[in-house]
Amino acid sequence: MEDNHMEESEQKLETEVAPALIAVHPSQISVSVSVGSELRVFSLQDGSRVKLIDETGGHKDSIRAIRYSRSGQFFVSGGDDKLVKVWDTKSWRCIYSVVSEKRVTSLAISGDGMFVCFADKFGVVYVVDIGDHNYENPAPVNKKAVPILSHYCSIITRLEYSPDGKYIITADRDFKIRVTVFPKEPLNGAHEIQSFCLGHTEFVSCLAFISCQDYAQGLLVSGSGDSTVRLWDYASGCLLDTCDVGAEAGVLHSIQRQEEVLPAITDLCATADGSLVAVAVQSLPGIMLLRCSFSARTLSVVKVVSVKGETFIPTSIGAAPSSPLLWMVMGASSLQSNDSALLARVRAVSGFTTNTSESTEPEVSVLEDTEIPGGEPLLQALQGKLSIGEEAFSTAAEAVKTAMRNLLIKKQYSAERREFRKRGRNDKKNQTPAQS
Amino acid sequence: MEVSNPTHSKTTGLPRKRFYRARAHSNPLSDSHFPVPISPSQFDSTLHYPQFFKSDSSKKIEFADIGCGFGGLLISLSTLFPDTLMIGMELRDKVTEYVKERILALRASNPGQYENVSVVRTNSMKYIPNYFEKGQLTKMFFLFPDPHFKEKNHRRRVISPHLLDEYAFVLRAGGIIYTITDVEELGVWMKSCLEGHPLFEALPEDELEADPVVKLLNTATEEGQKVARNEGQTFRAVYRRIATSLPH
Repeated sequence: MEDNHMEESEQKLETEVAPALIAVHPSQISVSVSVGSELRVFSLQDGSRVKLIDETGGHKDSIRAIRYSRSGQFFVSGGDDKLVKVWDTKSWRCIYSVVSEKRVTSLAISGDGMFVCFADKFGVVYVVDIGDHNYENPAPVNKKAVPILSHYCSIITRLEYSPDGKYIITADRDFKIRVTVFPKEPLNGAHEIQSFCLGHTEFVSCLAFISCQDYAQGLLVSGSGDSTVRLWDYASGCLLDTCDVGAEAGVLHSIQRQEEVLPAITDLCATADGSLVAVAVQSLPGIMLLRCSFSARTLSVVKVVSVKGETFIPTSIGAAPSSPLLWMVMGASSLQSNDSALLARVRAVSGFTTNTSESTEPEVSVLEDTEIPGGEPLLQALQGKLSIGEEAFSTAAEAVKTAMRNLLIKKQYSAERREFRKRGRNDKKNQTPAQS
Repeated sequence: MEVSNPTHSKTTGLPRKRFYRARAHSNPLSDSHFPVPISPSQFDSTLHYPQFFKSDSSKKIEFADIGCGFGGLLISLSTLFPDTLMIGMELRDKVTEYVKERILALRASNPGQYENVSVVRTNSMKYIPNYFEKGQLTKMFFLFPDPHFKEKNHRRRVISPHLLDEYAFVLRAGGIIYTITDVEELGVWMKSCLEGHPLFEALPEDELEADPVVKLLNTATEEGQKVARNEGQTFRAVYRRIATSLPH
């Protein structure tokens, strides 16, 4: 019985499902969604879908990470096809294509737009110098990446530059967040570790910064498979507060409790001043809002913002620092269900902005499709179609959850089971032939 | 008198190695299934050094023997630095079990001694930051590590440019990293990794001469004694953690 169950879950691994991702231009000039190997960009300025120019032929497998540079000048995408592409957001032309040895799991662009960092599935972080882009000659340039640091054989889930650009921060499947000094000459490697932020008891899935005018360095928030969001003074590695979001979400929204594990945190997004943090939680149709008090160094739950009318469980969220809109996407690649191979549904929440008063609840509401900037053309461009069957939502939610669990949660085997699995090992095979 | 343990020698009370045989290699890349502390503050030293923590509870581990094997070096260091807490880290569980028994037996037959050594089963290539804080260690030992000859297995080597970043993190400025091997190829590799790392510098010859620990590298461990018996050559690299941080 147990064996059958094991084999089943291992087979599923082969058809890996990637969640749909969303990224918003820092001045909200455009919004990008990735689903499967497709990259869809909508220009809010022109009110139309952007045509991407890529002489190297686009992505060939699921995209795992997308983001804009802080200035909005560049956009990067990378994923299972072992390619990292750097795009110029004026022409939406691919200006660099970088080949990685392994699948790409995460990306970041330095604040000054000089370097792109990416992490591969074996825990190695690479840097690419993009400071030499020549706008006169727009042909895509193949660049060689240089390894700068490594988490020993762990999947790196997120990669971020600190707001002051001093550090590069990496989160992994082994519960760790590593803070490394980002050197002046990164091509020689990033050897000086500033701290480790340790406290999560499952994989770390997402990171965000809380910035403050008086404290340029800011604070770090992290979400995890352990269902908590934690607040860190990342330069010292000191854990400041833990918010048990999964348990709170369960109480506030009665997530069905037949599941054996608490729902994982899938994504985080903070307002520009960091007073509000939006949290996407597995199984929660909507988002959870947290308030961060910079002075008291605490995180507390404000409320759940529910999405009515459909089972919308965001797989990725994003916002432009200048805008009070929070963008959300729910979707997945390569679903088994018949016709709709790719599902992407885009929603937005208004009122996601500075919340100074502790006593008043922020006035946050989920926008109707007609109220979304860009309106129907945007939805048509980013979702691929306007109406989506309810059944597709539950399939996608389930597929994304299973894929995340398979990828990031370590399998626990009994002692006998471990011995049994070792039989397939090459050195043991020779001792005991006739084993199949 | 207690009932004699069949796996221990009747005369010395020490565990006998033949009951603790293990495969020579263990895969450092595989997912671990043993418990690991979430952070250094959750590592309970009082269980490892009960005698020490009766009086002084603020003491921290300062020496780490990575891949301690049967624990020969730790036992020698224990009496050389009786006031320093030290720990061996070993991935193979049977070998760890042996060292544990060995330490307990030595403590029993030499009251007051060997209270400063202990051993833990862990994958040091993955979990060093879970055991030690920034700048906690003054010495780290890597004696006769697995050579991993094949190029595709080089990333399994316990000394590598990226892992040195983590070792530099847990070593305090001035702390020393000791490496030795009887495999020339690995000796060259370890030296070049350390030489190329901006946070380490080679210990000058006169300091090597004066350091009593350097002499133990060849003589204290079971592997070292085996090499000496076979009149093999050894390759040593001893480096210091530099204080100055990188310009940034």
